[in-house]
Amino acid sequence: MSKVLPEDCLLYLDGVTVSFDGFRALNSLSLVLKRDELQAIIGPNGAGKTTMMDIVTGKTRPDSGEVYFEGGIDLTRKSETEIANLGIGRKFQKPTVFESQTVWDNLELALKNPRGVFASWFYRSNPADEARIREILDLVRLGSRRNDLAADLSHGQKQWLEIGMLLAQAPRLLLVDEPVAGMTDAETIETSRLLKEIAQDHSVLVVEHDMSFVRDLDCRVTCLAEGAVLAQGSLDHVSADPLVIERYLGR
Amino acid sequence: MIAAGLYHRLGSRALWVAGILLAVAVLAPLSNLALPEGHALRLPNHMMPLLGKYLTYATLALALDLVWGYCGILSLGHAAFFALGGYAMGMHLMRQIGPYGVYANPVLPDFMVFLGWKELPWYWLGFDQFWFAALMTMVVPGLLAFLFGWLAFKSRVTGVYLSIITQAMTYALMLAFFRNDMGFGGNNGLTGFREILGRPIAAPETRAALFSASAILLALCFLLCSLIVRSKLGKLMIAVRDAESRARFLGYRADHVKLFVFTLSAMMAGLAGALHTPQVGIINPGAFDPGASIEVVIWAAVGGRGTLIGPILGAGLVSAGKSWFTASFPEIWLFLLGGLFVFVTLFMPKGILGVLASIRAGWAARRASARKQAGVDPDPEPSAADPIPAAQEAAP
Ligand SMILES: Nc1ncnc2c1ncn2[C@@H]1O[C@H](COP(=O)(O)OP(=O)(O)O)[C@@H](O)[C@H]1O
Ligand SMILES: [Mg+2]
Repeated sequence: MSKVLPEDCLLYLDGVTVSFDGFRALNSLSLVLKRDELQAIIGPNGAGKTTMMDIVTGKTRPDSGEVYFEGGIDLTRKSETEIANLGIGRKFQKPTVFESQTVWDNLELALKNPRGVFASWFYRSNPADEARIREILDLVRLGSRRNDLAADLSHGQKQWLEIGMLLAQAPRLLLVDEPVAGMTDAETIETSRLLKEIAQDHSVLVVEHDMSFVRDLDCRVTCLAEGAVLAQGSLDHVSADPLVIERYLGR
Repeated sequence: MIAAGLYHRLGSRALWVAGILLAVAVLAPLSNLALPEGHALRLPNHMMPLLGKYLTYATLALALDLVWGYCGILSLGHAAFFALGGYAMGMHLMRQIGPYGVYANPVLPDFMVFLGWKELPWYWLGFDQFWFAALMTMVVPGLLAFLFGWLAFKSRVTGVYLSIITQAMTYALMLAFFRNDMGFGGNNGLTGFREILGRPIAAPETRAALFSASAILLALCFLLCSLIVRSKLGKLMIAVRDAESRARFLGYRADHVKLFVFTLSAMMAGLAGALHTPQVGIINPGAFDPGASIEVVIWAAVGGRGTLIGPILGAGLVSAGKSWFTASFPEIWLFLLGGLFVFVTLFMPKGILGVLASIRAGWAARRASARKQAGVDPDPEPSAADPIPAAQEAAP
């Protein structure tokens, strides 16, 4: 079954509910991301932000509700691999890179190319791919570390590498879960600059706690609590909302 | 052009190893056959099948390394694929006995006559043809691995659970092959072989040829494994090993990767088993013993997993140790083997090859600091031409 969505709508969640052992992690959540939009999701721990990304990427199936992507593709029926290949890239809350391989190899693996076993076996690196990897290395500030093992990167650099891997996939939608958790202030500022740069030609959904980081992003903000949307709008608008103050900011 | 490309894709180390193996494939039989008896460099007759056997074990250890060292699948049932290849070859050798068996039945092997069977079961048909049997030594283990892997990897069985069901698989096969009505000779297995490809199976020339074939098989499998692990597929295998869900969210089918590697590895193991049977002269259900598969894991661990070369060395050293100890002190061998595994796991997690690599790194560091003291420039940046950095090759 497909659905006709408004032309400018990239991701559409409606009435999504998920329960874990009777606990409702998402409670009839509805959310829309427009094409080329940068949107930030805030909300207290356990609000269901990561679970929402699990739903979009096919890691978790909703008990009920609709999840559509780009022109009515029903994501609830697709596997993680299929969803990734539709152009939805995800950065995990805990940085997940291939630790025992070099920064360069991490990006080469992520680079958008045929994903099959034999296509990978007979892949030959070529100037266009190498140029793209170099471009991404520069963007995520890892140019000087290309031959180092990913395990040797700092926490913040691993987060950047993972963002670089998302970009290498040439995705149409980036889901970024708590990118600045555990980063130094300087790294945090650098990351907001990086994400804004990426958002110029990508649609990006960022989950983050760090309010000054969200302010730097300067985008539409959605506040989740207890698995549903509490408020939506500019950061000033959302942070002035009495419900948000009571259930999130005030705590 | 093609040769240059192949050279680049294999790397010089793989070519060296294959070259040495091919030299061994020629020189060892030559020394055995051409040198006069008593010559210092002559390999005695009894050594040929023994060394040939070690070469087939090395191929088995290499096959395990591909799935375990690179893909993270700890198979505790790999000896089963080896045994299936061994049985497929054994079936051919049984049929080659022809009318020279005890019961002189031109078609039925002795044990079938003994069981009162009147005709060959359907699954024995075709095994009188060498080419068919040779094909089956790959197809049967490959098919089993494919079906097993398809079920296991699709339902995302990993880690300890996967290891346990591979043990269960080889155990179930052992019980099945022990049964007389399975038609594989039951307890006694298949033995009493006479000829292979029209040659007497125990003749020195045949033994030498089987030895050569074992060395060539190991060389070819080593080249194939090197081609795989040095390609992007090899990087993908390591990615699946280290962070499977990350690989999946990048759009890779981790289950396909594992299924391919597992099946290919089983086929290599089957071919190795096929060369093992004629050199030891027997295949019986003991080959499916769960302990046999665990021994393969020990070979790979001792040599250094994820290195391809390490497991080859490990298989040779541990098997040679086993031959020596079981002859001299049979009662302590199992304790020694267990102790060796514990020791390696605790103190040499990267095996012999890991120890060698760290010694070499130590030398390099000492040399560099000596040069710095002497006021010479330190080494320039390591060249980026080698697609796999040395550190990773030595110890993923
Ligand atoms: N796989 C799971 N099994 C059980 N409970 C889960 C699972 N995933 C998430 N939860 C629960 O759902 C709630 C929402 O979690 P999460 O989405 O991680 O919150 P957030 O990312 O907003 O901090 C939490 O209470 C969490 O414990
Ligand atoms: Mg979270």
